[in-house]
Amino acid sequence: MMKYVNYERPSIDGKGLMMGKPGYTDDLAEQNSLIVKVLRSPHAFARIKSIDKSKAEALEGVELVLTHEDFKRIPVTRAGQGYPEPSPHDKFVLDNYVRHVGDEVAAVAARDKETAEKALELLVVDYEVLEPVLDFEKAYENEVIIHDEPEIHEMFPIGFEPKKNVAASYLMHIGDVEKSLKECDTVTETTFYTQAQAHVMMEPHTVNARIDYQGRLVLYSSTQTPFHTRRIVAQALEYPMSKIRVIKPRVGGGFGGKQCVHGEMLVSAVTLRTGKPSKMVYTRQEVFESTFSRHPMRFDIKLGAMKDGTLKAIDVEVLSDTGAYGEHALTVFMVAGSKVFPLYNKVDSVRFGGKVVYTNRTPAGAFRGYGAIQGNYALESAVDILCDKLKVDPVEFRQKNMIREGETSPIFEIMGEGTEGIAMTMETCKLDYCVKRGMELIDWKNKYPRKDMGNGKVRGVGMAIAMQGSGIPYIDMGSALIKLNDDGFFNLLVGATDIGQGSDTILAQIAAESLRVHPDEIVVYSSDSDLTPFDVGAYASSTTYVSGNAVKRAADRMKQMIIEEGALALKVPVEGTDFDGMTISHGDKSISLKDLSNRLYYNEDQKQLVAVDSYVGTKSPPPFMAGFAEVEVDTETGHVELIDYAAVVDCGTTISPNLAKGQVEGGLVQGIGMTLYEDVVYSKTGKMITNSMMTYRIPTRKEIRSLKVEFADSYETSGPYGAKSVGEIGIDSPPAAITNAIFNAVGVRIKSLPVTGEKILTGIQKSRQKGEKQ
Amino acid sequence: MKINNYVKVSSVKEAYSILEGSSKATIIAGGAWLRLTPAEIDEAVDLSGLGLDSIDVNDGFVEIGSMATLRQVEKSDIVKSLCNGIVCDAAEKIMGVTVRNIATIGGTISGKYGFSDLITPLMVLDTELEFHERGRVSLVEFMDETAKIRDILLKIRIPMKEGRGWFETIKITAIDFPILNAAVTRIDGKTKIAVGSRPYKAVLAEMAMAYVDTCGKHDADCAERAAMTAIAEIKFGSNSRGSANYRKQLCEALVKRGLREVMS
Amino acid sequence: MKIKLKVNGENKVFDVKADEYLLDTLRKNNYVSVRRGCDNTSCGVCTVLINGNPAASCSYLSCKADGKEITTVEGIPEEAAKIAGFFGREGADQCGFCNPSMALTVYAMKKELVNPTDDDIRSYLVGNLCRCSGYQGQHRAIKAYLEVE
Ligand SMILES: Cc1cc2nc3c(=O)[nH]c(=O)nc-3n(C[C@H](O)[C@H](O)[C@H](O)COP(=O)(O)OP(=O)(O)OC[C@H]3O[C@@H](n4cnc5c(N)ncnc54)[C@H](O)[C@@H]3O)c2cc1C
Ligand code: FES
Ligand code: FES
Repeated sequence: MMKYVNYERPSIDGKGLMMGKPGYTDDLAEQNSLIVKVLRSPHAFARIKSIDKSKAEALEGVELVLTHEDFKRIPVTRAGQGYPEPSPHDKFVLDNYVRHVGDEVAAVAARDKETAEKALELLVVDYEVLEPVLDFEKAYENEVIIHDEPEIHEMFPIGFEPKKNVAASYLMHIGDVEKSLKECDTVTETTFYTQAQAHVMMEPHTVNARIDYQGRLVLYSSTQTPFHTRRIVAQALEYPMSKIRVIKPRVGGGFGGKQCVHGEMLVSAVTLRTGKPSKMVYTRQEVFESTFSRHPMRFDIKLGAMKDGTLKAIDVEVLSDTGAYGEHALTVFMVAGSKVFPLYNKVDSVRFGGKVVYTNRTPAGAFRGYGAIQGNYALESAVDILCDKLKVDPVEFRQKNMIREGETSPIFEIMGEGTEGIAMTMETCKLDYCVKRGMELIDWKNKYPRKDMGNGKVRGVGMAIAMQGSGIPYIDMGSALIKLNDDGFFNLLVGATDIGQGSDTILAQIAAESLRVHPDEIVVYSSDSDLTPFDVGAYASSTTYVSGNAVKRAADRMKQMIIEEGALALKVPVEGTDFDGMTISHGDKSISLKDLSNRLYYNEDQKQLVAVDSYVGTKSPPPFMAGFAEVEVDTETGHVELIDYAAVVDCGTTISPNLAKGQVEGGLVQGIGMTLYEDVVYSKTGKMITNSMMTYRIPTRKEIRSLKVEFADSYETSGPYGAKSVGEIGIDSPPAAITNAIFNAVGVRIKSLPVTGEKILTGIQKSRQKGEKQ
Repeated sequence: MKINNYVKVSSVKEAYSILEGSSKATIIAGGAWLRLTPAEIDEAVDLSGLGLDSIDVNDGFVEIGSMATLRQVEKSDIVKSLCNGIVCDAAEKIMGVTVRNIATIGGTISGKYGFSDLITPLMVLDTELEFHERGRVSLVEFMDETAKIRDILLKIRIPMKEGRGWFETIKITAIDFPILNAAVTRIDGKTKIAVGSRPYKAVLAEMAMAYVDTCGKHDADCAERAAMTAIAEIKFGSNSRGSANYRKQLCEALVKRGLREVMS
Repeated sequence: MKIKLKVNGENKVFDVKADEYLLDTLRKNNYVSVRRGCDNTSCGVCTVLINGNPAASCSYLSCKADGKEITTVEGIPEEAAKIAGFFGREGADQCGFCNPSMALTVYAMKKELVNPTDDDIRSYLVGNLCRCSGYQGQHRAIKAYLEVE
């Protein structure tokens, strides 16, 4: 019987943060920090001929001005992933080329914001403005080469061909796709486009630096990857890693946007050179223009099936736009296949390949559901198109062709993230239940496909299934350290990065479950490169599964230590001695944990009990879900309203059901945002038009009327107390489910995101005209 | 926005004399919009404290002080009583209360913003403005002028008349700027139609209005033809929220809807 | 310019620039619960109560606030703790960056509206964005808070 797992508990930090306690990076900056501001490129592509910094340097209150001339040319990637890094090393701290509007030109450190901003105005930059590549469909082998620097390189083969504007490329196949397509009764071929999406975490990217009393560089950073950050800063500045400490305080949201390093390199350089504390808080415009967004993609997808509704072949070619730098270029691309196409594992053949190209736009990077949401939209829309053509029910089609418990897909073995994958069988896959339950929640039987509401309004329902992973096997490692204190409470130190998703809370619950103590007895501290053991960080849906397993192992180990010490204290054999969370007992002899810990600290057999363990996955059990959307389309204005969204998720055990629900709800709304409201728009010259929250629209609570989230009963034995992951899965299904619902309502197929009223109205008119002609 | 000097004036006269004295002096109402502009202001003239934020009935008019916040307007029972409360309806659809507690009706009208949701319903209510120097002028006339105002708006006056009203604004999300908005009223047997956020500033659809009043029967057909007339007489433009063509289609749909509502 | 504010019940005098915003004045003076999200009136994260009404402090000139009563979440500890309890139960707080602004706006709403409907609640809070929660947990929590109170 599980006591503290699958147990509702408020997050450990929610109340303190609600009451306004300081906790975020900017709250913890030294009061007298130098303010670091960055001069950013107004051009999409330009060579810096010269920068005159004399006037800026002469301004009273300016401490330091940095340009590319102040840095040795060391190419790095900001991606914040495992090592060797699967992203091309194509970025310098500062360079003599700028490759997108908002790219860094120079940095100023001054005593206050006003002085720093004034100094930026005093910098005189002479640019040679170059013709940019703004259309990703024209980037490949364009005569304009975005990265022509001799130093840049890949760390292992990722298909990096910068002279052709290719950051990465990939091709895999299973079976003979051409042949199986020929054998099919029906083949559909469709092109889909997905747009860039901005993370819009509420806390802008923030970092501060200081030199401590040991002469070491200490960074506080709103980051998802403190350990990778330490490594990348050390690489970029050729500064010993042993002299850098990265502390991750509370983070105001990340969603992948803080997986890459941001201002860390510049504030480190400022503090190392001046010896003074410094800080950088990105403006919202900088967050939009000068951090990262989701990779826009084009999918050319062919599906082949037999008349009876058996799916036979999947053939997909993808073009992905990584923008000016190649962060996560290959890995996002691969996930668009590896975490999507195993959904239909009974096919004869699969082909998946394409390129990731550079353009002169804000770089793309990691974003919750990366690759998967794009791929899912293309596949699950294409499936509905196929069903329409075959005249088969889309739910029945999925039930017939989708992956089931105990089955596998050859894709798992072939495709990983940046490397080959790992063969695995679905020990848990409750998709069947998820689909059935979702149909009930949305009332599919009565609502499919549409209902005319009068007044020009039509309602429709649509659905999609989705999957994710749980960490990257043999790559993502997490570790945990548990310390027993006098009085019998524990410290849990984890490298796992709580960025608001609640990992501190659920990791404490996992430890509590193993130790049988109340979670309040476990004090969690996360992510400080000096104090906590290593963890790759908060990404790839790895925390619950990978870090959670590490915590469980460490806690189990601690329990064993307590039993052994208890047996020693009681002078009884270890065998037959037990610990129930309060007391260690053997027969009628017992000692309380409190007494034992005090004894260990102060009296006899004195020692500090510390248990540490780590975990690296040998597989990545996917969570699954079925998403069902009900929309109302106003056929006179094209406006779409989301009436209801039902999501049934199989993520294994929910360690904390309320936090797991919050993860799914939050993910859904970001997916809904990408489907219906959010778009990164550029001007003809490559300037981002949607560079503020006034122009980039995230959903408000008025758009989100009803979400029905439920979990399937599921227990993944390889996970900590049966858990898989839940951080990303929620985001994947809305694009396909909502656009399928729109099609079912009004017969308009949206092939490029986001949905707009204009696209719908145009579609309705086209089909009307067609109808009139017939 | 940059400000050198901040003055809380103690009378409208004082405010006006500062305005007269310097071309770089500017009235600050809520200041929410000014903040977003690159304005360089020598003297910021703050009108709060002059009691210009009351909402009363006077002489058959609802008089709204220019410094009344959008939230005050939205919550006012007096304003709600006008033509199905379309002014309140429009105010309620602008951003959230944290903005509506700052932004003012005076700042809205003085700005003549193309995207305004509030000006559109005011246009179909025979609204009058009262300025310190200029005196009274109709809102429609004021909106038509292009000259920059160097005067102080004191009151917004709406005649208290019985009638039906309808307002709708099409937004991508609830707190976004509108793609298009429209307001329709029928007061004393006369119809008024205004279309805003085209994305240019709101205008009356004069020909469509005239057509409706000559319609023998106020039926779907009349609404349909009036809508066609409106899209022919009104100019639309494109921006990131929608194309001119889409706006035209929206205008047609909204005018039809509005007319159906007020004529029924 | 010197301004007088009553912040959380305490009389304070601050020296501010003519174009300084309340958010900066407050943060500079260690009211760090007031946070900057968008800096252009679009997110609501910087909400404080000005004479009891929720307003975006990033866009409210400090000079304009002269003589007014300002409440940050530090000024309503009991209510914030209660609201936090409901948020916690519903899994409604994630990164917490929007939390203080939610507490303040919900508190103001409770005082201003009588028996608000679901739509009233959404309308009142529509300008308080949250990118983490998907709003559903918050909505459940807010309703529970209003019911109990
Ligand atoms: C983020 C944001 C989003 C918005 N979205 C919308 C929307 O979707 N729909 C919509 O309708 N509106 C919207 N608005 C506009 C808002 O409704 C107000 O119209 C706007 O803020 C102006 O009001 P204010 O009090 O802030 O004016 P201020 O910024 O103080 O002033 C605006 C201008 O009017 C002048 N002025 C002010 N008062 C007077 C006076 N009494 N006499 C003479 N001149 C005066 C000022 O000098 C200035 O030039 C938005 C505003 C913001 C900040
Ligand atoms: S920071 Fe003020 S509204 Fe966003
Ligand atoms: S909890 Fe992160 S923004 Fe609301």
